[in-house]
Amino acid sequence: MTKTSLRNWRDGGFLKTLRTATILGVAFAATASSAFAAGTLRIGMTASDIPLTTSQTDQGGEGQRFMGYTVYNSLIEWDLSRADKPSALIPSLATAWTVDPADHTKWTFKLRDGVKFHDGSVFNADAVVWNLDKLLKTDAPQFDQRQSAQGKSRIPAVASYKATDPKTVEIVTKSPDATLPYQISWILMSSPANWEAQGKSWEKVAQHPSGTGPWKMESGFTPRERAELTPNKDYWDTARIPKLDKLVLIPLPEPNTRVAALRSGQVDWIEAPAPDSVKSLKDAGFSIVTNAYPHNWTWHLSRVEGSPWNDVRVRKAANLAVDRDGLNELLGGLSIPAQGYLPPGHQWFGKPDFKLEYNVEEAKKLMAEAGYGPDKPITTKVVISSSGSGQMLPLAMNEYIQQTLAEIGINVEYEVMDWNTVINVWRAGAKDASAKGATAVNYSYFIQDPFTALIRQSQCNLAPPNGTNWGYYCDPEMDALFNKVRTTFDAAEQDKVLQQVHEKYVNDALFLMVTHDVNPRAMNTKVKGFVQAQNWFQDFSPITVDP
Amino acid sequence: MLVYAFKRLLHVIPVAIGVSIVCFMLIHIAPGDPLAAILPTDASLELQAQMRSFYGLDQPLPVQYALWAWHALQGDLGNSIATGRPVLAEILSASVNSIILAVAATIIGFTFGSALGFVAGVFRGGWIDRIASGLAMLGVSVPHYWLGMVLVIAFSVSLGWLPSMGGGPGGSDGRSFSWDYIQYLILPAVTMSVIPMGIIARTIRSLVADILSQDFVQALAAKGLMTKHVMSHVIRNAAPTAISVMGLQLGYLLGGSILIETVFSWPGTGFLLNGAIFTRDLPILQGTILVLAMFFVIVNLVVDVLQSAIDPRIQRS
Repeated sequence: MTKTSLRNWRDGGFLKTLRTATILGVAFAATASSAFAAGTLRIGMTASDIPLTTSQTDQGGEGQRFMGYTVYNSLIEWDLSRADKPSALIPSLATAWTVDPADHTKWTFKLRDGVKFHDGSVFNADAVVWNLDKLLKTDAPQFDQRQSAQGKSRIPAVASYKATDPKTVEIVTKSPDATLPYQISWILMSSPANWEAQGKSWEKVAQHPSGTGPWKMESGFTPRERAELTPNKDYWDTARIPKLDKLVLIPLPEPNTRVAALRSGQVDWIEAPAPDSVKSLKDAGFSIVTNAYPHNWTWHLSRVEGSPWNDVRVRKAANLAVDRDGLNELLGGLSIPAQGYLPPGHQWFGKPDFKLEYNVEEAKKLMAEAGYGPDKPITTKVVISSSGSGQMLPLAMNEYIQQTLAEIGINVEYEVMDWNTVINVWRAGAKDASAKGATAVNYSYFIQDPFTALIRQSQCNLAPPNGTNWGYYCDPEMDALFNKVRTTFDAAEQDKVLQQVHEKYVNDALFLMVTHDVNPRAMNTKVKGFVQAQNWFQDFSPITVDP
Repeated sequence: MLVYAFKRLLHVIPVAIGVSIVCFMLIHIAPGDPLAAILPTDASLELQAQMRSFYGLDQPLPVQYALWAWHALQGDLGNSIATGRPVLAEILSASVNSIILAVAATIIGFTFGSALGFVAGVFRGGWIDRIASGLAMLGVSVPHYWLGMVLVIAFSVSLGWLPSMGGGPGGSDGRSFSWDYIQYLILPAVTMSVIPMGIIARTIRSLVADILSQDFVQALAAKGLMTKHVMSHVIRNAAPTAISVMGLQLGYLLGGSILIETVFSWPGTGFLLNGAIFTRDLPILQGTILVLAMFFVIVNLVVDVLQSAIDPRIQRS
């Protein structure tokens, strides 16, 4: 009897309900997918939160990319219009900058006319001073600890500043420093009038920011979930007024979630798809956009006494024992095998003599000359991360390197830590107990300007705790070159000095130079007009999204 | 009764202090530094020291704990180091999302779990029982983050019926009781419901089987009662245990799930905790763990008091 009732239920109500639910489901799904208007670009970021919106963004390069140069401007910015060559600095809120020929610490910045913040207030020299005070002057009413934490370390050269007239700002550096324009490019200008209007509260400004940038954030900000940017139709650079109706930023730190969001049509573009998802994304008709950019994946070698890496022959041998093409295959082709510390084709690459080829025989020969070999191997420890920003696939890649180094008599033992801990170890230096006796740390570097690219890792007086010269490398010859970089104010001449620095980096095999990321992004075919600059930052203004 | 409730309430205080100390110490013992996550990598020593002092991280641990506990007692859990936003507000908004997810998962789990368990109990030993019990076993055993991904592949990627992530079309802020928002809830709720579904199904199966073998059921059948009336007696007898099991499951689910919320980017406490772990956001971690732990302490307290109200023998023991 009960079986009969069940059968009736199954044959009657249940199947009918299931059919109805399916039809309703399809109908609702169709409605949902048509809810987005044409011209809306939804981006899945790797960040776990919306970057700080008050102007000086957090979350590193990604924060500056999505919430920095979108809503705000700096005095000097990067030329992001071309994909075929590395970006250079260009005028933005400053139309020109010069250093006093008689006093190389005194810089003059001429400001752009007719620029207004999103709230309608005027951008002028007072606003620049107000913004620098916001970061550097702890007793200024607008001083913001959170923004200061992000901005202060970007402009270490700045000693003082003042407005000499409404359109001119003078900045004095602590010592002659020709890298100041690169430093200034980090500093974003927020509206003093808006801060006043928001009751002098940065928490409120975070909800209602006002910059001079091509995008505005007027509403649609839900912390941890999304931020909506709309075009600033009055943007001072008319060529860069955004073509889209809306740019939606969604934090999606989990790589699989990002891929699923793209494939299910919830976002149009994702940052950094995992290498193992690239083929399936391509097969499903998504575009994978890549380009060289100033990033590297290296082992930063310790030069502390007792480190095996103090012998240049060992450093060179290790560099010759890395099968970079094999690694590229492992990464699904999403890397540029290193030919130096900087990516090939970089304006500061120069012409190093030492070629980073895969040559195990030559490596073995060098090891033998240094007194090592399979019978007398080097055994050493390296700190690596399990995953992290710019680290690509650290475990698989390091295992691969471990195997190839073993062939030439370098036995590596890994100390695996999470990325946050690796950063701490890196800051503390090779001599610190936190390194646990490691003689190298696997680090991925942001190498966009002279300081971050070349100076900070290798200047004598930047060894911990003063800086991030993790390995305590110190070479007076290199320091002299750094000094020349800082005192060469002609950009072309400065580039030549930087080339010499890089040649020394490679010729002395200062790092285990492995590969460069290609900044992959996956997007659907409706996204048009994106030019991926060879830069950490990108321009979203020319992009359109087909309906 | 009131005296018992009061005594029981007093027991909560040492437990709360213990929980707060353990969660505070655990977080500080773990390697990593919150400043590493928020400061640019080249931050100078001076700036690091300035920030350490700004967040009170330069104080000795007992002082840090005392200050934190004192503020927490006054309802101030501090501000997130990573975002600067007040911790309490972050936890409250995340908790609302976790509660919505937990309640939805419990409803789904209870409905399907009861149905499966009941059918299995009625047809005990037969193929229907084997299928239903198999499903229940699968529900308890399957890793739910894996199931979540499979559901996303099936219903979001392949069929395109449901969203794969997020708390709503415009974030969870503008939440409303409409399909626009409910569709975002379905996949995470179904994923989360499989464990309670399995547990409830197994409980009800054995309950129903047990009740069916009791004399009163035989007597009812012998009196000539129709099967559906007999079954209604069985259901009524099984209901109290089923509801108490459901309550327990709801309690577990309310704690949020780091894995499920991360897979679906569901903005609940689990997602909040996951982000805070990676950025070493101490105030968020401490606050969230404390609130969740206190939540369990309070749930236990309520359950104890209720049980003693129903059965005074518990109170005496």
